[in-house]
Amino acid sequence: MRSVYLDHAATTPVHPEVIAAMLRYFNPLYGNASSVHSFGRDARMAIDNAREIVAKAMGAQPNEIFFTSGGTESDNIAIIGTALARQAKGRHIITTAIEHHAVLNACAYLEKQGFEVTYLPVDAYGLVNPSDVNAAIRPDTILISIGHANNEVGTIQPLAEIGAIAKAHKVLLHTDAVQSFGSIPVDVNDLQVDLLSLSGHKIYGPKGIGALYVRRGARPQAIQFGGGQERKLRPGTENVPGIVGLAKAVELAMQEREERNEHISRLRDKLIAGLLTVPEVTLNGHPEQRLPGNVNISVKYVEGESLILSLDLKGIAVSSGSACTSGSLDPSHVLTAMGLSHEEAHGSLRLTLGRDNTEADIDYVLEVFPEIVDRLRAMSPLYNKLDREE
Amino acid sequence: MSLYSQKVIDHFANPRNVGTMENPDGVGEVGNITCGDIMRIYIKVDENERISDIKFQTFGCGAAVATSSITTEMVKGMTLDEAMKVTNKDVADALDGLPPVKMHCSNLAAEALQAAIKDYRERVSDNS
Repeated sequence: MRSVYLDHAATTPVHPEVIAAMLRYFNPLYGNASSVHSFGRDARMAIDNAREIVAKAMGAQPNEIFFTSGGTESDNIAIIGTALARQAKGRHIITTAIEHHAVLNACAYLEKQGFEVTYLPVDAYGLVNPSDVNAAIRPDTILISIGHANNEVGTIQPLAEIGAIAKAHKVLLHTDAVQSFGSIPVDVNDLQVDLLSLSGHKIYGPKGIGALYVRRGARPQAIQFGGGQERKLRPGTENVPGIVGLAKAVELAMQEREERNEHISRLRDKLIAGLLTVPEVTLNGHPEQRLPGNVNISVKYVEGESLILSLDLKGIAVSSGSACTSGSLDPSHVLTAMGLSHEEAHGSLRLTLGRDNTEADIDYVLEVFPEIVDRLRAMSPLYNKLDREE
Repeated sequence: MSLYSQKVIDHFANPRNVGTMENPDGVGEVGNITCGDIMRIYIKVDENERISDIKFQTFGCGAAVATSSITTEMVKGMTLDEAMKVTNKDVADALDGLPPVKMHCSNLAAEALQAAIKDYRERVSDNS
């Protein structure tokens, strides 16, 4: 059976060149970067080099890059660490209703500690209105955290505009750029962000490695304690193969980005056009301001997990914002914040493309998708109810 | 997505007794759109109070479809009294188990069946 992977927003295959670059740092270059001997020096050099590559890719200085275990840890250090560092100034944080749980649950934790959090709404496309950000800023606001591009619907926020507002009010701005970095241009000075989270495995790098950009003067307090690694902001022996792999993935992303995006967005547009020919299938998210690889649709009268399962039986890997896939009874908080009904959110499907996808992959999906929808709708009591009412 | 047994996948991919029914003797519907699962079961009852035919329609995840399907298979030919005794747990067991997260939200088929039987009995008592 054909196998088509369309879940690149969940994770990506590791690029062969990334694997090749990493291998030496398992063995023979397995040194601990804190060691004084040659093994340690080799590891240290690799980390220094990686830091320069990651910094350069976003217009930052190497000493503004801190390696972490991934997007979640970067978000936690940025939000909880900033709150702890700045609580004497104020205890108010602004974020949005559609953030990743690494942000939302870090904020929820802070609320339990007595911080106040404002959750800004989004419009039907998932866009935050910069004037809402401006209006929400108070004298005691210490941090704004807004994701650059949403992981479910791919909507890209007007972050530079928000950055200018934050700067004018002297409030720090953090962005979770896990979905955008490596995919679209991300420059910390253009965006005027003070803290930025990124992850390796979303950009053809390994899992378990990420980074946090911290603008000079915006240092959060450490939330983990140990040795002096990552200048005490993220102690623990450095994941040298991971760091090398992340840097290689970043380097490749910078080299190949335009070529990748041209290919991916062409396939995406073909996929969207094809999916929308099925009656009562609608596109979620912004028609233009969206990540090159993101497709998110709602299929009326059908539940998302049964769509995933049906596509999986045909070898196609996708995801959904249905409650059944979230492990709770509630459908996607992103889709409901955008004003989708429960039914539309339960019937959502996310297909995220990557550099390895081909035209034939898309043709295959578009061939099997209508049959699957027909079959599930024939089974659905909601579909018949409508027939009867007509 | 949770891990499903082969039986769940089989009933999801090849559901038994799926569809609607002309002039059913009883119809039961449970669930709601908020939680994402709706099941409807139609029954025909013969003169010996046995379920002679049964159909289902389900909006829901793989577990919701599979529990509906296997329930119809289990109770076809049963007397109404026997069918009333089938529990959600019996249904889950017949599928070689369901992931824990699915036990509550998507395992409603026995309740839909009981609702259909109740509907049948109310119709009979209304007509007598």
